[in-house]
Amino acid sequence: MQKLRYEKPFIQKMNAGLMNKFGTRTEYEPVKQIDGVSVKSMIEKYGSPVFVISEQTIRRTYQNSVKAFKTRYPKVQFAWSYKTNYINAVCNIFHQEGSWAEVVSGFEYMKALGNGVPGNKIIFNGPEKTNEEILLAIENDSLIHIDHFDELYQLMELCDQTSKKPRVAIRVNMDTGIYPIWDRFGFNYENGSAWNALTKIAASGKMTLTGLHCHIGTYMLSSNAYAIAVNKLSDLAFNCKSQLNVTIQYLDLGGGFPSANTLRGAYLPASDTNPTIDDFAEAITSAVLNAGFKTDELPLLILETGRALIDDAGYLLGSVLANKRLSDGRRATIMDFGVNILFTSFWYEHKISPAQDFTHHTEDTVLYGPLCMNIDVVRETINLPLLNRGDQVVVHRVGAYNMTQWMQFIQMRPNVVLIDGNGQTHLIREKEDIKYIEQLEKMPTHLSTINLK
Amino acid sequence: MNLKKNIATSEAGFIFNPSTGDSFSANPMAAEILMHIKQGISIEAIKKIVLEKYDVDASQLDRDWDDFTIQLKEGNLLEN
Repeated sequence: MQKLRYEKPFIQKMNAGLMNKFGTRTEYEPVKQIDGVSVKSMIEKYGSPVFVISEQTIRRTYQNSVKAFKTRYPKVQFAWSYKTNYINAVCNIFHQEGSWAEVVSGFEYMKALGNGVPGNKIIFNGPEKTNEEILLAIENDSLIHIDHFDELYQLMELCDQTSKKPRVAIRVNMDTGIYPIWDRFGFNYENGSAWNALTKIAASGKMTLTGLHCHIGTYMLSSNAYAIAVNKLSDLAFNCKSQLNVTIQYLDLGGGFPSANTLRGAYLPASDTNPTIDDFAEAITSAVLNAGFKTDELPLLILETGRALIDDAGYLLGSVLANKRLSDGRRATIMDFGVNILFTSFWYEHKISPAQDFTHHTEDTVLYGPLCMNIDVVRETINLPLLNRGDQVVVHRVGAYNMTQWMQFIQMRPNVVLIDGNGQTHLIREKEDIKYIEQLEKMPTHLSTINLK
Repeated sequence: MNLKKNIATSEAGFIFNPSTGDSFSANPMAAEILMHIKQGISIEAIKKIVLEKYDVDASQLDRDWDDFTIQLKEGNLLEN
């Protein structure tokens, strides 16, 4: 006789009062496959946990975003934000699509060069650039975005060591109505520092002032702030033209567009609150077109969008290690992935779907990672079906920042797999092993033996 | 393990505690187990019934039984 399907026994207290207007269920269907490849087969082949990236989703998201801007403005260039995800295979998908590279360190700069990005298509941002890195960037004709006066003077001194004239821009920070103001990077617009820097660059005669850059925040929920930023950058550009006789070639509006992830503590889901890429494109391009540039002097519009282009394409597949009941009666489930590899769980209420069939019974659950550390909480509370040890889940929208900010802490980092447009899987970053982790360690001779008999 | 005498249960999985006014809904597995408990069947005998009838191994059932006991205690449904 065939046995009946089992589900662990479970009772739920019924609470009187108003119903939750947003409903209680988060998941109705299991997510058994990604781009036609079964979750189970990927875990079997590559282990659990494993990051999975959809090439198809990256290309589609990129093309839609570029289209949103190019249908509204004639001169648009995207530059892939390396810090968001700098696995080389991921970067090269963006470069194949036509994206330049935007880097914020010498390490990222070398990665971009290694990926074959021509030097003159690399934007070098960030507050730390060594002399060697700046000289290399000058040699390669890269766009150097100056962050502070010390860097400006450093650059002026280095110009004497080379016959090449570097192409530079300054990063500008400003009040766009978003608080707190992101004023730690770049030169302030309102207090005159930005203009002061521009005049020094022009007066030095050693550099070619090429563009103006800003990056007004991250996970921006207002498209209008970008229009304010465009107006302030445009004001600087007009002053460069009229007072310094310099034509600004490009305005770089940076990034900061949100993905569809819901921020921790948000009252409404992100899909209901976040502006779309079209909203941002409309605000930015309208502001540039209405700023007063002559038609033949319209600046190139550069965008360094990271998160919004990659988050949706990334998944984390994992498995249940254990269930337990906490002292207050809540269920806790321990997963085989934690904040060590899912850094964004500090910011987001990640959507998590079971990868196998489940019944309609659900329970509020605390989702912990495997680390023996109190901070390792993936979700403070999530309504999930009753999961057993070994059951698999899919964490959605993890493509941005996790594969760069992940920590080798207690556990090692897992495999990263790419699903190409034909549904084939490719290992694009191997999981770490102890040999890899320890290869940089050195043992002093007097510590090389121990005796614990 | 004994349920409090005044606890009302239904086959559909509704549980009512008249002394506290609390009500609970049970999934079918929990409802069946509660029905057996109310009939005075021993824990070992209930586990045997479940193992014979459902697709679950003894180890998993033991773990889930312990968890279920905590839920019943938490709901103030068991005799002390």
